[in-house]
Order: sequence, then structure tokens, then C-alpha cells
Amino acid sequence: MSKYILKRLLMMIPVILGMSFFIFVILEKAPGDPARIILGDKAPAEAVEELREEMGLNDPFLVRYINYIGDALRGDFGTSYRTHLPVFEEIMARFPTTLTLALGSIVLTVIIGVPIGVLSAVKQYSILDNATMAGALILASMPGFWLGTMLLLLFASKLHWLPATGAESWKSFILPCVALMASNMAMLVRMTRSNMLEVIRAEYITMARAKGASEKVVIFRHALRNALMPIITIIGMNLSSLLGGTMIIESVFALPGLGTLAITAVRSKDIPLVMAEVIFIALLAGFINLFVDVLYAYIDPRLKSQYVSRKRARRAAR
Amino acid sequence: MKQETEYRKRSRIAFICKRFSRNRLAMLGLAMVLVLVLLSATADVFFDYHDDVVVQNVRNRLQAPGESPGHILGTDQYGRDILARVIYGARVSLSISVLVISVSTILGILLGGVAAYCGGVVDNLIMRINDIFYSIPFTLMSVCIVASLGGGIPNLVLACTIGVVPGFARIFRSAIMPIKSREFIEAARASGSTEIRIFMKHIIPNALGPIIVQATLNLASTILAISGLSYIGLGIESPTPEWGAMLSEAKNFMRDDPYLVIIPGIAIMIATIAFNLVGDGLRDALDPKLKN
Repeated sequence: MSKYILKRLLMMIPVILGMSFFIFVILEKAPGDPARIILGDKAPAEAVEELREEMGLNDPFLVRYINYIGDALRGDFGTSYRTHLPVFEEIMARFPTTLTLALGSIVLTVIIGVPIGVLSAVKQYSILDNATMAGALILASMPGFWLGTMLLLLFASKLHWLPATGAESWKSFILPCVALMASNMAMLVRMTRSNMLEVIRAEYITMARAKGASEKVVIFRHALRNALMPIITIIGMNLSSLLGGTMIIESVFALPGLGTLAITAVRSKDIPLVMAEVIFIALLAGFINLFVDVLYAYIDPRLKSQYVSRKRARRAAR
Repeated sequence: MKQETEYRKRSRIAFICKRFSRNRLAMLGLAMVLVLVLLSATADVFFDYHDDVVVQNVRNRLQAPGESPGHILGTDQYGRDILARVIYGARVSLSISVLVISVSTILGILLGGVAAYCGGVVDNLIMRINDIFYSIPFTLMSVCIVASLGGGIPNLVLACTIGVVPGFARIFRSAIMPIKSREFIEAARASGSTEIRIFMKHIIPNALGPIIVQATLNLASTILAISGLSYIGLGIESPTPEWGAMLSEAKNFMRDDPYLVIIPGIAIMIATIAFNLVGDGLRDALDPKLKN
């Protein structure tokens, strides 16, 4: 198992390197000179040139990339061109907002989505099931930022129940979480329903019923546990995509998170900040995916055998 | 005996069409798609692009739906007819997303197909590079691309395509993988077909089912992505009518005139629901086993 985890961690290295290189190339093409941006429009040309030299901007492209990666490996992600603060601090200041948003919406999704999916499967083709599927279709087809805008209109502008912008109290996170949750929940409900339907027809469920287990035990202990695997995949996938995908929702609600930080950073050509943020999010996503895969092995013993090295498996077979 | 030959004569496509046409929701989706396509194709008959969609007419601004007989859905903050803008917006959204999906499908088939067909080192190389792009969050990458290369339709198409292709390559690879070891491929090889002919004539047609389903379902998500990017000001630029951009422009007026943000959102939803319904219907028709 630890070998498998190590292998996966090592496999993340080329992915992160390739990705950071790709973003570096793209940002290279962006218009505007970072030295000019730092010093402002009125600075004399000599000062700009001097700063360019000092920042190493006149070096060849590859040298700059290698220098950047070297610094990053030593933990130095540089300072923001715009605020002159260390990039790492900037990201850490914004990260809790995005994390709260992502976790909040995932928790809500699971708490609401799984029971609805189970209920819908147990009562297949009932009015409740049809209504759920219709609701899921509409939620999946609704742009999150539009749902957010509608929620703002109703709960902030008309009813004045919740604040419209900012991140002062937990109340400001309710609407963004709900807006972020919609499409994921639709996916989770559909997934849970179709998995449950598949599992419910299995022979071991008939067997559980035959031995006299109560319906509750049959559904929750025998069926749901076996339907859980793809559900966990969805949760893991959503969490990693949420961390990078809260951008639009954050800008609807003017939340100071990683997404709004990225938008301003890209617009002001703040290369160190963009790079660090992309690497940060990709690393997080990588760890979450790894965690989900390890979690599988604990939930499904059948998969555990795949992680055991082949040699040992062969020895065990003998 | 006679029955069996008749049964065999019916092609697979006819079978799929029949199953699809029995699915009422899928037919509803198909009808919605056709209406959308028809409306955006014939928009010029009902409206004049320049006069109704682009030119600002401040005297008529912010008329609520039904307030003035000439503007069924009212006018926006610059006095432009909302119905005309929504319909032209359909043209923009549909054409861009169809372009993105066509390009992505071709690239996805090439990458996934070559990876699956060649296997070994080639497979590893393609899929690892694919993983790199797969791991960049879609919005973040689109923001980088649009901010660096500038806004406008070509760069938006590029950003969306880079976002869609890695997923396609993965799915298409796993769709093609099981086909390559089937007997009829071996038979084709034994009868002397070239590798390219086997790939184009035998492998691709047999993997087409999942490819079409993915393409249709991704049309819906591409429409959502385009409107989202336009909403944060990185997609289509004013005055070109695009649903997400319309929504974002109207944000400051939504407190008093909520219809300005409600209508474009409903337009996005209708388009997405239509393609999702067709995609779900196609999936059920192609693989009835999946349908419970």
C-alpha cells in the first residue's frame, strides 16, 4: 500500500512540472511588461530596464522557467508583482474562504443528495422518483452563476434575509454554497439512484430479505454500502474541481477567495501569483484524488488486492 | 426461420432510432434542439442584427416584458430588444459549442484511438501528457488563455477545446480498447487490410456510440462553460449578444428590473436541458443495459 502511495506521489511530479510549464508558456504570451506594471506608467524607461534586469526578465525563456522551478522547490514562490507580498501568504490568506465554500457545498451535497438518491431508487417510478429526476435534470442544466444571481435577488435584495456580498459571517456562505452545490447534487442524486437500482437487484439483497432483515437494514447496510464506491468517486472529483472552479461563483458573491484572486492576478499579469496558484490547486487536486483512491481500498476489499504487488500476490496464491 | 432473417435485415441504426423515438423525453429534447437551431438560423427574417441587437436606443430603455407591444420580452438597459438578443445569442452559443465539440471529438478520437490502438509506449506517452492537461482546473486555464491571448471567439474556442479534449481522449480510449482485440479485427488483419483502414473502417464505427453520447452531453456543458466565461468578462465581448455576457451586463440593474437577468438565464437553461435530454436519450437507446 505504501509503495502504491509513493508511486502515485512520484507520478504527480511530471504532471505538476508539465502543467506549470504550459501555464508559464501561456503567460509569456500575455501582453504587458511586468516591470512596467510594477513601476507604473510614469516611470522612466531606464528604471524599467534596470528592474527587468534585476528580476531576470531579460534572461532566455527556459532559463527563467528553470530558475522559477528551482526557487519554488526551495519553497520560494516569489512575491506578487502587485502587492509585493510573498505569494504564499497571499494564497494562504485567501485559501480558507475557498476551502469553506468547497467543503460546505460538498457536505450539503452529500447530506441532501445521497438520501434523495436512495429514496428515489427504492420508490422507482413513483411520483417522488419522477419529480426527483426532473429536478435533477433542471439543476444540472442550470448555470451556477445564474442560480447564484437568482438567490441573491430573492434572499438578499427582496427578503433581506442574507447578506449579498463579502465573507464576514457564516451567513454569507449559505447562498454561494447552495449555488455551487446545484449541479453536483444533480449528478450525485442520479449516480446514487442508478447505483442503488443496480445493487437492489443483486442476489445478496434477495438473500438479506429472505433471512428476515428489516427493510432499513437491507437498504442501508447491504445495498447502500455496495453502491457507495462511485459515490465516493463523484465526491472526490467534485472536491478537486470545486477548488479550482469556485471562480465564477466567488465573483458573483464578491467573495475574497482563490478564484477572485486568480482573476485579478491573471488580469494584472502577476505571473508569480498565477503560477503559485495553479501549482497549489493542482497539488491539492492530486492529493484529493490519491486520498479517494486509497479510501476505495478500505471500502472495497476486492480492490485492495490490486495494490498488493504482483510478486506477493503470486506468493500468496501458492 | 423467416422471422429471423427479417430481424437480421434491420440495421442497428434503425433499431437505435426506433428506441430513441419511443423515449418521450428524448423526443422532447430533440424538438427543443430543432426549434433552437431553426430560430437561430432564421433570426435574420424576424430581426435586423444591426438595428435590433447592436444599436443602442436609450429612449426605449428598460421596458418590462409586455410593456410595449414591439418588444415581447422588453428592452435592456440600452433599449435593445431582449427577444432579438436572446435569439441571436442562441446562434452565438450554439455555433461556438458545436465548433468546440466537433474539433474536440476529432482530436479526442485521434488521441484516444492512437493511444488505445498502438498501446505500450505510445499509449503511456499520450495518456501522461493528457493527464497534465486533465489536471489543470478548467476555469483557471481558460482564464489564463483568454487573458494572455485576448478575448474574442477564436481564443474562447481554443480555451474550451483544451478543456474538453483530455476528458474525451480518456473516454474514447476506453471505448476503443475492448474493440481492438475482437475477432473481426483479427479477421480484417488476416484478410490483408492496412492498419489505417482497420482503424477507420472497423474500429471507429464500432466505438461511435459512446463517442456520440459524450459529444451531445458535452455540448450542454460547453454551453454552460461559454456563458460562465462570458459572465466573468473573459468570453464574448459586447455588443455581440451572448447569454452569459447579457446576464453580467444587467447585474447592476437587477434589483429594479429582475427580468434582465432572469430571461438570459432561462435561455441558457432551455438550451442545456435540450442537449442533456437528447444525450440521455441517445445513451439509453444505444445501450439499453444502462437504463434501469
